[in-house]
Amino acid sequence: MFFALSIIFVVLLIIYEMFIDSSQSREKFGFGFIFSSDWEPVKEEFGALTFIYGTVVSSLIALAIALPISIGVAVFLSEIAGKTVGTSIGFLIEILAAIPSIIYGFWGIFVLAPYMRESFQPFLQNYLGFIPLFQGTPFGFGMMTAGIILAIMITPIISSITRDVLKAIPVSQREAAYALGATKWEAIKMALLNAKSGILGATVLGLGRAVGETMAVTMVIGNRAQIKTSLFEPAYSMASVIANEFAEASGQMHISSLIEVGLILFGVTFIINSLARFLIFSVTRKADMK
Amino acid sequence: MQEVLINTDILTEENIPEKTKKGIAALSTVGLTVTFDSRPAISDVNISFLKNKVTSIIGPSGCGKSTLLRSFNYMHDLIPKSEVTGKIIVLGKNINEYDSVGLRKKVGMVFQKPNPFPTLSVFENVVAGLKYTGNNKKSELEEICENVLKLSGLWDEVKDRLKVSALALSGGQQQRLCIARTLAVSPDIILMDEPTSALDPISTSKIEESIFHLKQNYTLIIVTHNMQQAARVSDYTAYMYLGKLIELASTRKIFTSPSEKLTEEYITGKFG
Amino acid sequence: MRKEDLLFDKKNLRKRKIINTIMLSLCIIAAAMAVVPLIYIFFYTAGAGLTSLNFDFFTALPKPFGEDGGGMVNAIVGTVILIGLGGLFGIPIGILTGIYVSEYSGSLMSNVVKFITDVLSGIPSIVIGIFAYGLIVLPMQRFSALAGGFALGILMIPTVTRITEEMLKLVPQTLREASLALGISRWKTTLRITLRTASSGIITGVLLAIARAAGETAPLLFTSFGNSFWSTSLDQPMASIPVQIFNYAISPYDEWHRKAWAGAFVLISIVFIVNLIVRVVTRNKYSGSV
Ligand SMILES: Nc1ncnc2c1ncn2[C@@H]1O[C@H](COP(=O)(O)OP(=O)(O)O)[C@@H](O)[C@H]1O
Ligand SMILES: [Mg+2]
Repeated sequence: MFFALSIIFVVLLIIYEMFIDSSQSREKFGFGFIFSSDWEPVKEEFGALTFIYGTVVSSLIALAIALPISIGVAVFLSEIAGKTVGTSIGFLIEILAAIPSIIYGFWGIFVLAPYMRESFQPFLQNYLGFIPLFQGTPFGFGMMTAGIILAIMITPIISSITRDVLKAIPVSQREAAYALGATKWEAIKMALLNAKSGILGATVLGLGRAVGETMAVTMVIGNRAQIKTSLFEPAYSMASVIANEFAEASGQMHISSLIEVGLILFGVTFIINSLARFLIFSVTRKADMK
Repeated sequence: MQEVLINTDILTEENIPEKTKKGIAALSTVGLTVTFDSRPAISDVNISFLKNKVTSIIGPSGCGKSTLLRSFNYMHDLIPKSEVTGKIIVLGKNINEYDSVGLRKKVGMVFQKPNPFPTLSVFENVVAGLKYTGNNKKSELEEICENVLKLSGLWDEVKDRLKVSALALSGGQQQRLCIARTLAVSPDIILMDEPTSALDPISTSKIEESIFHLKQNYTLIIVTHNMQQAARVSDYTAYMYLGKLIELASTRKIFTSPSEKLTEEYITGKFG
Repeated sequence: MRKEDLLFDKKNLRKRKIINTIMLSLCIIAAAMAVVPLIYIFFYTAGAGLTSLNFDFFTALPKPFGEDGGGMVNAIVGTVILIGLGGLFGIPIGILTGIYVSEYSGSLMSNVVKFITDVLSGIPSIVIGIFAYGLIVLPMQRFSALAGGFALGILMIPTVTRITEEMLKLVPQTLREASLALGISRWKTTLRITLRTASSGIITGVLLAIARAAGETAPLLFTSFGNSFWSTSLDQPMASIPVQIFNYAISPYDEWHRKAWAGAFVLISIVFIVNLIVRVVTRNKYSGSV
């Protein structure tokens, strides 16, 4: 009982502390902090817009890639693969979720970013270069690479929860679909439609993970505070700026501003995760009640 | 013919039959109602169980037999949204004068499926109830262990295997182990909820045999949906239907000339 | 009529069958795509790491740049110490909270605690780093192992809590009832019967939390910081494997990169082995004879 309460105390303390420690910055910049793209430690001018932009865009890229793949994986695991194949691939995907993000980042620096620079981005530019997103110099390190590495990292989360949600849908529903003459895919499609709020929950949970991910992004996003249309360009995320600058921050105001960035990050992930839990909970509870 | 032990009609708050014509009631209830989620599972049950006798409770599945039994040792405490109203007298005292630990020491329980503690050895299983409530004298525990294993008819089969995991025993042996475990805390009343329904005929007959010996020292209340079993082992039989006690009488009377039509229909296999 | 009756139009059977084949194949491809990065990262790390993984790696101190050889013994010991510090309070709190959530489930309080645990597990680890910084580094006026260990401990809590809860829920209710029916108190029942029955599962949960903490980098960057020298003082900065990997990875020196790959391989191996153990143990749990 006492310990159970201690966990509540810890979370409240986290909020309280970040609130207090960011007061300097909050008082000076107010809400303008979120809308300003200045980040100049020397002049003590701080605004988080570029970092928010970097976090949002890289996470959205990740979702756009990870969602279809994850649904495919979940369908494969729950509906197509036999027991042995299903459990072994499920196991591999679990491991994928457990690999430390520093390793993804390291791999990103030495394998993914060079590949993006030399092959993938020039390829995109050749065929889709008329779209502003794919113009400019292929740096390798930048928004797109960060998005892709995040996609790799959140696919296991989204697919394993989606698989669980699919499994929670009663077999009888699928049998009913077959009885009406559905093909396998059509039956699966119905199951997916029925599970959509659970899948949404899984997606939102993956989004939460992407938003808070630090090391892998820091190592491939290029760490340049700018807002550019091209996805090839370097960018900067909220978590990355904290990781890079915190230990060497130049003064009180700098630290306080970094903590405010952390507070925003906390608030955003808090909302995202609560939403996700609520969505997943509502689906699994419905299944329990049947 | 005064075979009817307790005429439920004459049972009121005032005259709970501590002493009936046939003996002393070890446990009786007045107006006992148990609800789950405010839906009654049993309602207004008035019943008495005689000391040192075996009473069977029979009735179709879902009629509330387990619910009735579990209200005798506060097992409903574990279920949120359950409510027990009415009066229960245990060994001459109102049930709410006992705390849950004290009550359960007086009123032991054997469950439908054998459920020995999987991480404990045979010996540790038998003495768990003593050890975890403060008795740590090894010689004493060993003596009790031997006694109760003999009572439950298991001693000869396991005396050389006291140190092995309880899961190494067969299902029937496990159930007798569970009986021994219950006896070890020396209760006065033993509740058994379909103790043989998960067992083969040979194990069943061994358990019935030990039930027969046990009634010298204990009051037994056995839920069963096997009518032959009720007829074989019990002195008295209660018939329940849809959450109500329909009839309680000597086993012979219930099976030969029940007073209630519902009982007769059930006994003769018209339903259930 | 309902949607599904329209869906399974008998006339276009041929077209529907083709769509069926295409979609199912796409799902299989998705599963392959999700597994490929794992295999790639695993073998790449093994290939790059094994060559410089030698006896020295585990026993020697790092050498300054320019000198050959050396190892990471300070970081290895550092990681062990940091995890030990964290585990010291993170594991008990996690287990006790898990007990509370599982054994007292249904009450409003236990639902609140469960929700808070989910919140805690969704907080980005870098934010936990800021928390430890504010709570320990600021008052002490220096980076310290203590702060790093504290951050890791907080991060372990939700993992341990969740697996404890799940493992306790797998213990059959009749075992608890049997124990209570013997007049054993509720608390003793939990401790002596329920917890003991679930112990192997809980141990795997603890292992999982340790493996995860071993790879955490972000929260250590500005708490335990890093240290190129041998240090076991808890009030001083302390090296750790992931931070060392990070520092080496972003350095320009090939020799250091090789060291970092070796470290990465060690981390991946830990993750792999722990997950394998968890797999085996939990499978036994599900098909257990009780
Ligand atoms: N924990 C519970 N929660 C809700 N309803 C219950 C619970 N236990 C029993 N019931 C209900 O009470 C009624 C009697 O059940 P029970 O006593 O188990 O019957 P029996 O043992 O005679 O088969 C049933 O309708 C059952 O659904
Ligand atoms: Mg029953």
